[in-house]
Amino acid sequence: MTTHVLALGTPWSGVPALLFPAFGQSAEMVGIVMAIVILLGGPLGVLIFNTSPRGLAPHAQVNAVVSWIANLGRSLPFLVLMATIIPFTQLVVGTTIGIKAAIIPMSLAGIPFFARLMENAIREVPPEMLDVGVASGASRWQIIRSIQLTEALPGIVAGLTLNIIAMIEYSAIAGAIGAGGLGYLAINDGYEQFDGTIMIACIALLILIVQVIQFTGDRAVRSLLH
Amino acid sequence: MIEITALTKRYGSHTVLDNIDFTVEPGSIAAIVGPSGAGKSTLFRCVNLLERPTSGTIRVDGQELTNLSRRELRVARRAIGTVFQSANLLRRLTAAQNVALPLEFLRLSDEEIHRRVRELLERVDMLHRANHYPGQLSGGQRQRIGIARGLATRPSVLLADEATSGLDPETTGSILRLLAGLRDDLGVTIVVITHEMDVVRSVADVVAQIDHGRIVEYGRVGDVVRRSDSALSTALLPDQPAPRPSADEVVWRLRYADATVDPNWLSRISRELGTDIALLSGLVETVGGDRAGRLTVGISAQLPAGKVTRAFAACGIRAHMTETADELAGVAS
Ligand SMILES: Nc1ncnc2c1ncn2[C@@H]1O[C@H](COP(=O)(O)OP(=O)(O)OP(=O)(O)O)[C@@H](O)[C@H]1O
Ligand SMILES: [Mg+2]
Repeated sequence: MTTHVLALGTPWSGVPALLFPAFGQSAEMVGIVMAIVILLGGPLGVLIFNTSPRGLAPHAQVNAVVSWIANLGRSLPFLVLMATIIPFTQLVVGTTIGIKAAIIPMSLAGIPFFARLMENAIREVPPEMLDVGVASGASRWQIIRSIQLTEALPGIVAGLTLNIIAMIEYSAIAGAIGAGGLGYLAINDGYEQFDGTIMIACIALLILIVQVIQFTGDRAVRSLLH
Repeated sequence: MIEITALTKRYGSHTVLDNIDFTVEPGSIAAIVGPSGAGKSTLFRCVNLLERPTSGTIRVDGQELTNLSRRELRVARRAIGTVFQSANLLRRLTAAQNVALPLEFLRLSDEEIHRRVRELLERVDMLHRANHYPGQLSGGQRQRIGIARGLATRPSVLLADEATSGLDPETTGSILRLLAGLRDDLGVTIVVITHEMDVVRSVADVVAQIDHGRIVEYGRVGDVVRRSDSALSTALLPDQPAPRPSADEVVWRLRYADATVDPNWLSRISRELGTDIALLSGLVETVGGDRAGRLTVGISAQLPAGKVTRAFAACGIRAHMTETADELAGVAS
């Protein structure tokens, strides 16, 4: 085991040139992954809730299956998941390194995570609210859209905030497989090459990003609650 | 028009509704009363099939609901307005948006929805709160919005579960006037579930009491209050606490047995018996269009009981002497 000693390396004036592209790569990764997560995890969450006994179309078998899928994706630590699915990643995107390769395991971890957050948010909507829709002759789709999603929106936004922050964390871990981004920069330039300046700059930026996202998310949730 | 026939609802082995038969005539208000846990809300939820009956049939406007397909049922439900206990307003929608919701489900045009929401809010006198969120409204205001939403699809039948519970008498009064107006102006058939006897007396045409999932008493409200041996009648027009009469008087309990008792009876009977009548307590009202009354009076012990009873009977009042002071004390306590 080698002991790394951090020392100041890159001069501060050179930091932006390294930091900005890395930030851009992180943002790209998290952005693409979040789009996939919302597109697939959202409906999965709606399905899990509505096939449960309290849902609009209770169905024990379907619920068991979708629930199992959602649990499966969340049962492995991200690093283990990433390693396990390397053949699958290779199959889907044709490479096992870089941003493209990171998107697959990040999505696989993010989709079930968001599905559960979504399910919880909808579960918080009082069941009497669904009765309002049923009693006024709404279709199931209308109830999902106009009642479940509308009433659960603050919870969904809180879930999204949590999810984005988790994906930033995963993107940093994915940096270890050369995915690029802030995590990669911190590990590769900062840690491996004893570059304290880069390390500090990366950490400071990550802290700032997470704080800004949490703050913005909280503000959004508050403005959605009436 | 609602016709419920042999309705039974079981949860597992627990029978919540037991063979209920119940008809509400078009354009009338029916009140359902009963102790907590009697099955009132379950009945309410069965009428629009929010809850599937275990057996029995429910007809609304001649249409049998239990046989309908999911699609047909959705259409049928639009003819049944529902007002939920504590209004159930969506918290993230304004008052106007809540009222608009059933109309959006119908896919009406925006102008049509806007026009009808305005009209509905006007009817419940809430136009000035259109853009408030439920969290910014009082309980009575939320209830009015709930009623407006229940009426949005112009239903011929309106179901209201505890629509006035926990509201002050003035607000309750305004909601009851609203319900009576719907019956009288639009001919809406209304079922109100309540535990407030004032509500029954002031707006209901018929009343049914449910206990342990069965209808134990039923009738026109005006008739029920005249029944002499009925728990529901006593609940509707309770004996009022009365002070003890003077030593040479006996206490008589009176009940209007006739729908057309002459309001002058007190002075008439007093003159006829040639004695003073001490009015100890009483409640006289118009219930379901009929005169109803329940009073306690003190009359000189010298008078023969038979004469007193006959004098009251001639005025359409059933009178009976209360034997002991204990009985009266029991009422007063
Ligand atoms: N989903 C359910 N599963 C099992 N039992 C139920 C269910 N819903 C209601 N019950 C039972 O049915 C009975 C009647 O309930 P219901 O809500 O109809 O009473 P209620 O007359 O409306 O009472 P309250 O005046 O307190 O509102 C109660 O004993 C209740 O526990
Ligand atoms: Mg109830």
